[in-house]
Amino acid sequence: MKVPLSWLREYVDLPAVTAHEVADKLTAAGLKLESITSHGHEIKNVVVGEVLDIEELTEFKKPIRYCQVEVGEAAPRGIVCGATNFSVGDRVPVALPGAVLPGGFEIGARKTYGRVSDGMICSEAELGIADSSPGILVLEPGAPIGADIVELLQLRDDVIELEITPDRGYALSIRGVAREAAIAFGVPFRDPADLDLPDTAEAAYPASIGDPSACDRFVLREVGGFDPAAPSPLWMRVRLLRAGMRPVSLAVDVTNYVMLELGQPLHAFDRTKLTGEIVVRRARAGETLETLDHVVRKLHPDDILITDGSGPISMAGTMGGLATEISGSSTELVIEAAHFSATGTARMSRRHNLVSEASKRFERGVDRELPLYASWRAVKLLVELGGGTAAPGVTHAAIEVDPVRITIPADHPDRVAGMAYGREVVIRHLEQVGCTVTATEPAAATAGGASASGAAATGVVSGGDLGDALDVTEGATDLITVTPPTWRPDLTDPNDLAEEVIRLVGYDRLPSVLPAAPAGGGLTEGQRLRRRVGRALAAAGYVEVLSYPFLGERDFDNLQLPAGDPRRVATRLANPLSEDEPLMRTTLLPGLLKTLVRNVGRGFSDVALFEVGAVYRPEPGAPEKAPVLPVSRRPRPEELASVEAALPAQPLRVAVVLTGERERSGWWGGGRAAGWADAIEAARTVVREARLVPVVSADAHEPWHPGRCAAIHVGDELIGHAGELHPRVIEAYGLPPRTCAMEIELTRLERGLPGPVQTPAISSYPVATQDVALVVPAATPVATVEQALREGAGELLESIRLFDVYTGAQVGEGNKSLAYSLRFRAPDRTLTVEETTAARDAAVSLATERLGAQLRGA
Amino acid sequence: MSNYDPVEVTPLHADEVARMQADALAAIAAARDLDELKQVRLAHAGDRSPIALANREIGALPPQARAEAGKRIGGARKAIGEALAARQAKLEAERDERVLVEETVDVTLPWDARPVGARHPLTTLQERIADAFVAMGYEVAEGPELEGEWFNFDALNIAPDHPARSEHDTFFVESVESGKVLRTQTSPVQIRALLSRPLPVYVISPGKVFRTDELDATHTPVFHQVEGLAVDEGLTMAHLKGTLDRFAEVMFGEGITTRFRPNYFPFTEPSAEMDLKCFVCRGSSAVPGNPPCRTCKSEGWIEWGGCGMVNPRVLVACGVDPRRYSGFAFGMGIERTLMFRHNAEDMRDMVEGDVRFTLPFGMEV
Repeated sequence: MKVPLSWLREYVDLPAVTAHEVADKLTAAGLKLESITSHGHEIKNVVVGEVLDIEELTEFKKPIRYCQVEVGEAAPRGIVCGATNFSVGDRVPVALPGAVLPGGFEIGARKTYGRVSDGMICSEAELGIADSSPGILVLEPGAPIGADIVELLQLRDDVIELEITPDRGYALSIRGVAREAAIAFGVPFRDPADLDLPDTAEAAYPASIGDPSACDRFVLREVGGFDPAAPSPLWMRVRLLRAGMRPVSLAVDVTNYVMLELGQPLHAFDRTKLTGEIVVRRARAGETLETLDHVVRKLHPDDILITDGSGPISMAGTMGGLATEISGSSTELVIEAAHFSATGTARMSRRHNLVSEASKRFERGVDRELPLYASWRAVKLLVELGGGTAAPGVTHAAIEVDPVRITIPADHPDRVAGMAYGREVVIRHLEQVGCTVTATEPAAATAGGASASGAAATGVVSGGDLGDALDVTEGATDLITVTPPTWRPDLTDPNDLAEEVIRLVGYDRLPSVLPAAPAGGGLTEGQRLRRRVGRALAAAGYVEVLSYPFLGERDFDNLQLPAGDPRRVATRLANPLSEDEPLMRTTLLPGLLKTLVRNVGRGFSDVALFEVGAVYRPEPGAPEKAPVLPVSRRPRPEELASVEAALPAQPLRVAVVLTGERERSGWWGGGRAAGWADAIEAARTVVREARLVPVVSADAHEPWHPGRCAAIHVGDELIGHAGELHPRVIEAYGLPPRTCAMEIELTRLERGLPGPVQTPAISSYPVATQDVALVVPAATPVATVEQALREGAGELLESIRLFDVYTGAQVGEGNKSLAYSLRFRAPDRTLTVEETTAARDAAVSLATERLGAQLRGA
Repeated sequence: MSNYDPVEVTPLHADEVARMQADALAAIAAARDLDELKQVRLAHAGDRSPIALANREIGALPPQARAEAGKRIGGARKAIGEALAARQAKLEAERDERVLVEETVDVTLPWDARPVGARHPLTTLQERIADAFVAMGYEVAEGPELEGEWFNFDALNIAPDHPARSEHDTFFVESVESGKVLRTQTSPVQIRALLSRPLPVYVISPGKVFRTDELDATHTPVFHQVEGLAVDEGLTMAHLKGTLDRFAEVMFGEGITTRFRPNYFPFTEPSAEMDLKCFVCRGSSAVPGNPPCRTCKSEGWIEWGGCGMVNPRVLVACGVDPRRYSGFAFGMGIERTLMFRHNAEDMRDMVEGDVRFTLPFGMEV
């Protein structure tokens, strides 16, 4: 809402303060300052002049005039001008040499078209009061020669732009802002809607309300003999422009001006284009309407329409129809002012994707008592400025609506705020915002704290709709009953009233008290695990990224996922940001891989990244729709379950991708390229943080290289995969060769978290070491050999370490030799050579028995 | 010594012992390194050294002379031993010093064989904020990112036709009538916390949220918020203020407090916009004539988030009796907090995953 300060000052006696001071007070009251724009302050040395003589210069391609202009100095000034819309004797604005125009343009005497132009005759655009102007501004004949134009036209103004929250519909008007400003400064407010209405029993153009749930107030007034050529006065055009609306024609400008001033949207019909009675009703199947913007709209049965004998003529409170629009020749006008359902206009506006100044106001709530006054204000302006006559009658269709009444203890605001305002302050502030406050005997208090009936007609929800639930009167003795003013349909609940008091006294007056929260349980084990995993991976050299969770079918193809892969079952967005990525991720890898490519492209060849985030996995057979539950009570367990069932599973995963050197080369020697083993080690790192034991086995699983892919299990549960990516994946994403990746489902680890670590017994007896080299077929997984050795060695084995893998002629074609170092130790004695040898032999023989391992050299 | 006089044993004469001692001390002093000293030790203090041989002769003396001779020899051996030890220590020190000098390396050589990693500052900032509240007794609550509309809107008193609902620029799951959205705020976690936890509830819930904004310097369709909720008996707006003032101090230092301005959120009533006193200029830049401040744009305050008293309607939808319980809630953007706390100027840097952005943040923000 853009508020010219001069307009505001018409209705509130603001002290001599700056626009910033006004804006600060309004911000403190909840109307937040967006920006302040100053107008006219920079204009200097522009005065009224009278054109004494015009010499037409004909030697140029376009008409040029050399004018003698009297500006109240010793002699007239000679000024060159390219406009022709003025005559000798006209009074015009003249920028004298040395003048400054909006935007800091300085005017000097200069030679042009063969003459010295001693200044400039100005247009509206040049004075900053129009976007463009065809000619120069011709002033009223009586404008005093030599007078300062800024003073004369009151061009100096500041416009405060305020952000109006959705609950404060009333503040989308000068009237509403002025009321707030008056309260904030403690000065009188003059209500611009406080007009004397003509006393009449006559009706104007016939109208009725066909659907009381759509409209509860409908007012028509008429103006006859209106001069369609009458221009809007400059002051009105300047104000509209500064308030953010484009001047169009007098009739349209007046309706807009009154809407801005009072907050009541108005519509003007050409009476000659109306046929039969006007009825406000919902749309019927198949009805259409061509609106002012030349779009033919198919109407929905819930749309609220203004109709006449011909059918729909306007979409209520949203946009008028083209056929009945006033035109440049309309002389008979019908002015409509109504109060439409807030939800009805909101729905219609969204359904047709049509947001207008009117719909913005209706859906936020308009004062339902305004139509009679606003229409009269508009008629008066039209008559005054457009030379017509006001028809004597008024059409007034109304549905009676009981006002909302809210009963609260007088100290309810105190209890919400946590400070003592006292009864007097509470009542005073509620009355300031326009409420009627009466003391109430406890017995007389309506159960529920708030009561209203019939309010549904306007879509206003009152506190009464929740019955007892919001009642705050229980046990209180000092009760007050508050009737909010008609311009505050947002005040429905006890806390709404508390907020009015608290904000008007000032949020800055609230005390600061730290509540004593109960002792909490700290982070959960799962939350701790996530932190540990993040730190462990970062400590291992991985950099965390947070990529967008969107992907497209193309990613599934790039990952080489087969047709039936469950990861291809993804949640689709109805309105994705990019049509290429309409799906919610089912794996973290695409986002990580794209980020890796970006980093490589920016000149980083050694990149290791990780991400922790949710994937979205729709459950097969899950219901498509999540029901919308009631809000008047706690949902039943089965109702909640029906929402949960429709949501996809959203497990948390962790993934890494890496390329380049894992250990860098340097002056100390060579480095080591990142490889499949690093990806598997990252998986081990993660599982280790969960204090679980990862079991690594060979697997073939897209998008990994089928010969370099490990499945990671914990116990029997598969938790993820790691290894080198498939060459086709590398090609599809444009990754560096041999890029590796790991992805693990953290949620599964969280579920399996073991309890506290059990302290191991530390033996103080000496260690006995035995080395063995085993020859096995090359395809035998090393993990199985180690497993056999461990099991065979028994309890005395302290640790086992593979220190060499050898293939070559000495161990035979198709074989490999694995050299292990076994360390034995007993908790209670020094082991004898015989004991350790026996344990080693037992280990080897189990490996032989299971895997055909031969002791090398044996 | 085959022919010795049992009474007159020459090596035990005082001058002879003195000479042996003098010889030994001279040799010790003359030893130039540890090897030479080893030889000297053998020659003058070893089993075959003159003094050792002389010592053996003591037994040949008459009993009355033995004590005196023993004392003489003992004194000499002690002097030699001490001299040896002193020389040994000195020579060892010299050797050590020489070796250490020889082993000197250039410690300024760079070493970056092990890659460094880092956690994303948005993650660690969420943790830091959570920790501040955990210290106040809160627990960290969680909820799904793909959420039911009822949780994201209706239960939070944002009715289907509410103007606020259309301002949320929501991602809908296909079809629009699916009742499922990407949550536009972390507030649905409030609902889940109230439905699942026993009262009183004090929770903080950081997390990812979504709105259909195109990515630019100040907008991103996927961003992070942190939401706090306290529902207890007798909670007031003063408690909300006290909590946020304490939080501001924990995050930005002593004396940095908050300011409330009236605002509107459907799920709180009364509602407030919350500003943070500028932690750089501490508000001084707002006074005309003082140096300007980049962090708060010389306004003295930084817009930080929204807050208010939980709307009793929200409590009703969760089955909490508003006649007995009241609560407050607050929320703020993590990206925005990172921007002003760490001078991060472009939101694109936070989402693109360029390692140069993240690395300086290390493990903690």
